[in-house]
Amino acid sequence: MINYILKRLASGLVTIWFIATATFVAMHMVPGDPLSADKAMNAEVRKNLEIRYGLDKPVLHQYGIFLRNMAQGDFGISYTQKNRRVNDIIREHFPISAVLGVMALLIATAGGIVWGALTAIYRDRWPDVVIMFFVVVAVSVPSFVFAMIGQLGILKLNEWTGVSLLPVAGWGTLSHMLVPALVLGLSTMAYLTRLMRSSMLEVTSADYIRTARAKGVPPLRIFYKHQLRNAILPVITVLGPSIAAITTGGFVVELVFAIPGLGRYFVQAVQQLDYTVIMGTTVFYGAFLVLMVLLVDILYGFIDPRIRLGKVGA
Amino acid sequence: MTNISRAIFLWMLLVQCLAFSWAALGAATALNYEQRSLSYAIRQEPPDMNTTTSSDGMSGMIIDHVFEGLLSYDPQGKLIGGVAKRWQLRNDGATFWLREDARWSDGSVVTAHDFVFAWRKVLEPKTASTYGFIMFPVLNARAISEGEMASTALGVKALDDHTLEVSFHQPCPYFLGLTAFRTLFPIKESFYHSRDGRYGADAEELLYNGAFSMTEWVHGASIKMEKNHHYWARQRIWLNRIDIPYITEDTNARLNLYRDNKISLADELVAETLDGALQERMQVKTFLDGAIFYLEFNHRNERITRNKNFRKAVQAIFNTDDLVYKVLGNPGTYPTYTLFPRWVRGIDGIFTREFPPKRPELNQTKAMAYLEAAKQELNLKEIPPIALLIDDRPSTQKTAEYLQTLMQQKLGLTIRIDKQIFKQRLAKTKAGQFDIVITGWAADYNDLLSYGDLFQFANLNNRGRYNSARYDELVSVAQKSLDVNERMHTFAEMQDLIYEDVVIVPLYERGKIYVQHPRLKGVIRRAIGGDPNFNYVTIEPEAVK
Repeated sequence: MINYILKRLASGLVTIWFIATATFVAMHMVPGDPLSADKAMNAEVRKNLEIRYGLDKPVLHQYGIFLRNMAQGDFGISYTQKNRRVNDIIREHFPISAVLGVMALLIATAGGIVWGALTAIYRDRWPDVVIMFFVVVAVSVPSFVFAMIGQLGILKLNEWTGVSLLPVAGWGTLSHMLVPALVLGLSTMAYLTRLMRSSMLEVTSADYIRTARAKGVPPLRIFYKHQLRNAILPVITVLGPSIAAITTGGFVVELVFAIPGLGRYFVQAVQQLDYTVIMGTTVFYGAFLVLMVLLVDILYGFIDPRIRLGKVGA
Repeated sequence: MTNISRAIFLWMLLVQCLAFSWAALGAATALNYEQRSLSYAIRQEPPDMNTTTSSDGMSGMIIDHVFEGLLSYDPQGKLIGGVAKRWQLRNDGATFWLREDARWSDGSVVTAHDFVFAWRKVLEPKTASTYGFIMFPVLNARAISEGEMASTALGVKALDDHTLEVSFHQPCPYFLGLTAFRTLFPIKESFYHSRDGRYGADAEELLYNGAFSMTEWVHGASIKMEKNHHYWARQRIWLNRIDIPYITEDTNARLNLYRDNKISLADELVAETLDGALQERMQVKTFLDGAIFYLEFNHRNERITRNKNFRKAVQAIFNTDDLVYKVLGNPGTYPTYTLFPRWVRGIDGIFTREFPPKRPELNQTKAMAYLEAAKQELNLKEIPPIALLIDDRPSTQKTAEYLQTLMQQKLGLTIRIDKQIFKQRLAKTKAGQFDIVITGWAADYNDLLSYGDLFQFANLNNRGRYNSARYDELVSVAQKSLDVNERMHTFAEMQDLIYEDVVIVPLYERGKIYVQHPRLKGVIRRAIGGDPNFNYVTIEPEAVK
């Protein structure tokens, strides 16, 4: 087990290095640089700014410095947010994205499992059709549409009741998170519903279910003890990447609901060519994704005793 | 099954109940008459609160609430005393007598030394301030910024704690206006050094001398400004608190917050949000934000656009009215025929009324004749495709598509639109990789020179590299002359020259659209300096029904 984890960690480091390098190269190939502004600056000012940010050195040298600093976990100072360290930006804003992401994921998994199980039980009957219709809608409509509809919904609700039931935007309390988390988790919920449905159907026709039925086990117990537990495995598999996708993909939701998460910095940094923030957020998210996938693989062993990682791998 | 779903359902219900009870606690409202507070949403986090380097609009808006310069603006936009109670402007310099009761937010006195320190800081090469150039009229400023002199050589002296003496390198007729600009605001030296390089990074890393103090700054999330009880003119300030609990670039979200009575002013409405606001019969307001948009031609030698007849052909077909009213359709945006905005003052009144700009005669036949002449002069059978460089703002795209069709139909020209995100557009403009670029300019200080010097050859912002000895001469007259009459006639001649030489084709004067709570009074919208400004705001009490 230890061996396996170490091996995976090592390959994870290579992945992160690759992500960092690819991003670095792409970033420097884009025309313009973080210092270009709509008003011109004289040569002296520019030279001094270049010295401050180390842009006066050859690109390869800059890359070396970047790698060295990255190894020490230091991503430098933002170009656009003067005086703010990229590490601080990540430290202050990632927890917000993470909380929102976890909320979204809770809603998505709970919904996905419940709706997925329901569609499988009522296969081809009306609950199945209705739920699957909404699943298709949730998968195909982009999140900014849901975000806007969600916000408008809150607004109308508040207007209709005459009190501020839910905040239209902002951050701070649980009530601020509710609708954004739902919107953010919607497509994952739809995806999990479909996954849960097919995996439930597969399990239902398995031998051990038939055996259980033949033994006279009550249907509810079969469902809970055998079907659900076995069908849930694929859902766990996609959970890792889903966590990463949800915590990184919240840009639109963060924008519409004025949530101070990291997603905003992630996207704006690219538009503003804020080199240090681009590198910091990309590498951070890359590492996060790698870690989540690894965690899920380890978790597997606990849920399904047939998968014992160390013995097979080592 | 039932157990799980019931548990989940109950959990969700619990979450909902908790959420509702919390929502009731944390609700802030757009206006509060009793507490004298208002709430507002901004586009983005202020990136740079250090006045020596700050250059963006968002930081400028906050800075103008929490700092004050030697002079400041009254609600009508007239210059009035700020930290200085008296001043004298001469050909060779200026003297400012500071009021004794001007205080920093820690209670200490604002002295002339605080200005000397800040101004020197701006020009030190290590500071690398992009606005250092604005101080070049001050003696030795340029040499210091280029590292040739120590910052102590700057032509500014504190004669005593309350007298500031400035020496000029050349006469500077607009210097008083500059002192109301953030780059020339004071910084207390001992405080600056006590911050260990973190000056300006957080609310507590700043010392304020303006009407308000920033008391809370949660990065990317919220800002709170409260009345500065050490401010010398605190009796003039009615408002106690400005809350900024929302930061989002989404105009739709901001309008929704306004609808929900969470903010008192929703700024920068765009086409789709405007429609919604109008349908709901909101009172939509507009103001000119100081930005002039124009087609800038590339005057470099290898370009077709260097040919004057070619440029004249474009000038003869472009109709600013059509663009503004039929294509853009933004209320508050105006057609224009000149580089100079319609609100800038001239000799006695408005400049563009005293010196009306020439309007091109729209004439396709003439335009074709210009184009033929251009082809002959350039020795070309056909004009090759013209590269029109634009950024990805919606208004720019609309303008570009309109121009593409117009030049195709009226002149038979092929226009290749080169669309780039803003930063890349800037990089390509700077490198001269365009024939025509759609670009804009907003003034840095309240003087026509801030627009007029744009096409001086030495000006780094002259991206099309227009080169005219006469124009350069006019700029240098406008820079030095203290005679208003002479200056305004000089600007008028610049205006004519830009027209005759078709340096640019003016497109429009941009207006911004916003909605404001009907009980909120005295908000200042302006083109120069931080916008909006709430310093002189009052709130009307709710009408008793």
